[in-house]
Amino acid sequence: MVQTEAYVILSMVLFAIGTLGVLLRRNAIIVFMSVELMLNAANLALVAFSRQWQGVDGQLFTFFVMTVAAAEVAVGLALIVAIFRTKQSINIDELHTMEG
Amino acid sequence: MQNLALIAPLLILFPAVGAFINFVWGPKLNERASAIIGSVAAGATFFVALGLLTYLTGNFYQPAIVNPPLLDGWIRIPSVGLEIPWQQRIDTLSVTMMMFVTFVGTLIHIYAAGYMHGDKRFSRFFAYLNMFLAFMLILVSGNNLLMMFVGWEGVGVCSYLLIGFWWDKPNGEGIKNSNAARKAFIANRVGDFGVLLALFLTFWTFGSLDFFKQGEVANPAHYGHLVHEGEASHAEEATTAEGESHGEEAVPAEGEAHGEETTAAEGEGHGEEVMAATESHGEEVMAATEPEYVDNAHLTYNELGIFGKAEARIHLADGETLDAGDGTQISRTVVIGPWTADIQTVITLIVLFMLLGAAGKSAQIPLFVWLPDAMAGPTPVSALIHAATMVTAGVYMMVRSNTFFYNAPEASLVVTIIGGTTALVAGFIAMGQWDIKRVLAYSTVSQLGFMVAAVGIGAYGAAIFHMMTHAFFKALLFLGSGSVIHGMEHGHHHLHGHDDHGGHDDHGHDSHGHDDKHGHDDKHTAAHAVEEKFDPQDMRNMGGLRSKMPITYVTYLIGTLALAGIFPFAGFWSKDEILADSWFAGVFDGKIGGYIAFALLIAAAFMTAFYMWRQIEMVFHGEARHEAAKHAPESVWQMTVPLIILAVFSVFIGFINIPSGIGFFSLGLDGVFGLHTLTNWLEYSVLHAHAGEFNGLVALIATVLGFAAIFLANRIYGGNKALTNDGRDPLQANAATGPFWALANARMYWDETYQRLFIGPFQRISQLLADIDWNFWHDYVHDSVITRGFNGAAKLLSEPVDQGLIDGTVNGVGRLVKWFSGLLRRAQTGYVRVYAVALLVGVVAVIVLMLLPVLRG
Repeated sequence: MVQTEAYVILSMVLFAIGTLGVLLRRNAIIVFMSVELMLNAANLALVAFSRQWQGVDGQLFTFFVMTVAAAEVAVGLALIVAIFRTKQSINIDELHTMEG
Repeated sequence: MQNLALIAPLLILFPAVGAFINFVWGPKLNERASAIIGSVAAGATFFVALGLLTYLTGNFYQPAIVNPPLLDGWIRIPSVGLEIPWQQRIDTLSVTMMMFVTFVGTLIHIYAAGYMHGDKRFSRFFAYLNMFLAFMLILVSGNNLLMMFVGWEGVGVCSYLLIGFWWDKPNGEGIKNSNAARKAFIANRVGDFGVLLALFLTFWTFGSLDFFKQGEVANPAHYGHLVHEGEASHAEEATTAEGESHGEEAVPAEGEAHGEETTAAEGEGHGEEVMAATESHGEEVMAATEPEYVDNAHLTYNELGIFGKAEARIHLADGETLDAGDGTQISRTVVIGPWTADIQTVITLIVLFMLLGAAGKSAQIPLFVWLPDAMAGPTPVSALIHAATMVTAGVYMMVRSNTFFYNAPEASLVVTIIGGTTALVAGFIAMGQWDIKRVLAYSTVSQLGFMVAAVGIGAYGAAIFHMMTHAFFKALLFLGSGSVIHGMEHGHHHLHGHDDHGGHDDHGHDSHGHDDKHGHDDKHTAAHAVEEKFDPQDMRNMGGLRSKMPITYVTYLIGTLALAGIFPFAGFWSKDEILADSWFAGVFDGKIGGYIAFALLIAAAFMTAFYMWRQIEMVFHGEARHEAAKHAPESVWQMTVPLIILAVFSVFIGFINIPSGIGFFSLGLDGVFGLHTLTNWLEYSVLHAHAGEFNGLVALIATVLGFAAIFLANRIYGGNKALTNDGRDPLQANAATGPFWALANARMYWDETYQRLFIGPFQRISQLLADIDWNFWHDYVHDSVITRGFNGAAKLLSEPVDQGLIDGTVNGVGRLVKWFSGLLRRAQTGYVRVYAVALLVGVVAVIVLMLLPVLRG
């Protein structure tokens, strides 16, 4: 039986990778994938703690996260398609018209 | 009966209300309503005056002092002892004035209803007339100098308003009218200055302005005299001292002093002849209100009016003192600032100041120049204000102040000289005038000179008598002249109505031709630019009006004879009394003033008869010299009825003061003649009114001179010789009299002299001051100092302070915010990544904050 700590560490690593991906990558698709990675890191941690405590709350919550993530993907990809159509690029550094 | 005096405030109230109604609702009222309101208000005052007359005769001539209910206490400054109540004095003098003022005033109101017909300011005219009446009655009924002064100024204002009533006539006429009004007002200001000084000096000297105080008897000697008659016990004692003792010994049950003979109550006098009858008569009426006091013995100095005080002080010996009632000692000496003066000197000064005031109001030399110009006003105004009533205010003031005048012989001499000279000068000028009203105006000045001269020689009763008769016949003459002018204008209109029918329609006349009388000429002038200027007042245009205007002619003739002093018309009695008094003053009292007055006045009387007959010849006799005169119609009834009434009075009013000693003229009617009714009546109010005895010689001289003047005038002007063929006066054409006539015609260059002496220099000074004002004050002080200083200060405030400091502060705050926000906005990069970092950092920070307590443990 794998230790819960291992899941948590893996979750932290995945989360860090996702965070760095969001912060460092410029391709919107990659950023999007990194966000998914962070969500799934969180899911992993939830599931791991759920097993640790023998409760179903964490697993239930995970389903919600996956559902929201699915919805988010639908909206997010649509936005990205719209951005691409106007800018012919999905480099998020070119999207700074909201600058103060 | 006692309370009848309380109607006195109505005297002022009625005309004031009439004036108010006509002022406020006048424009909405038609002529008829305006005229009725005005005339009824005037007529009502006459009945009030009549009521007051009844009061006096029923109360043994006991004067009443009436405090109107709402005006109890008028000016009161207790800290300095100034107390001037608003009181009306009902005594024989004021009632005499009221009677003829209201009577003549009422008639003139009625006359004006006809004369002013068609005037566009008809109701305002009546408002002014009523206002005048109210002020005139304040003037005569006031019990103190200040009230008199209020009335004095009020009538001056009304006079000003009415002289300039036609201020909007075109062709420069209106300007002339306004100038005449201003001239009158300004000349009167000079006089008012004198009145004010007299008023101040009186107050300073006597600490009061009241003529008489409550319970004070104006003429103790007269009342004392009556007491003798009533008691018939002490034959010869009529001194004040005796009167006092009577007052104490014979107090009846009601606590009042004894009565007096009552023949006077029936309007008769108390000459020596009727003494016998009075005793029993007197007893019967005793039950009525007898005079409470017959002398002033019960009053202390402080409780006396100004005249009583003056009388008390002037009779003190040098160094003698008198207890004022509160312990203060009063002596002859008056302290005025750093100076001291004897009471005699002060009274002389007061008299001279009053003379200046009277010279203004009563048109004496040197201020008489305004009165002839005042004829610019409508004729009823000339008759009422500038002949009968207002101009007598100065004489009234002097007679009211007779105690002062009596006690200032030197000043009285000045008064005599002024009055006599005025009478002569004005009479002379009147002989050379063409304007029908101007002749009457100078005649008025001349007759006022008679009255003033009478005051100067101490004939106060005669002055009032002449004032009264003069009011009637001069009002009659003015109204007659108005009727003539009216007729001439209508004749002139009639003429043009025939000449030019088209023009006639344009004029918009009503059917009987009583059109707007003054607008009339102007319309004609506009319609017929080529027509010669027609002056309806110029006697050269008249002549032969006798047959056209019979009523006007007969009444005018009566007025003329009365003014000329022909027996038995009113003027004969009053003028003769003045002449006789001056003769007595000169011959028996040895006063130089008497001789002067007699010489000047007898010459003036001659001129009076002369210029009046000249006028009669020019206006009414001979042949018409102008087409207008041929077509002049008689006036309407509103105008002729007052003429007739006044004519009747001009004949008979002289009989109210028939002198004694009339000799065979009395025809055995000694009980009627020699009564001095008016003088005796006035003696209850006027301390020194004394009856002038009839002097056959004086009367003979005066009558002979009067007839001689008429005869002479008839020889010169009679029989259609009023003008020479070249349109000149016969006297003008005559080489010997020409220069004199020219002098009279030029009004003795009086106006020109004033122009040169006063008005010219005054205008030059004004010009100089105007130059200073314009060049120095305006250009330098105003522009350089004030404007530039203001601009400088404003610039200082605007640039460094407002724009620099205030704007700087506000902008600085704004810029600071902008700079700071500039810093902050850099955080808003627009890069999603940066926000994500911030989010991350925030989350980490929150987690750290949450974990810190746990880690510390």
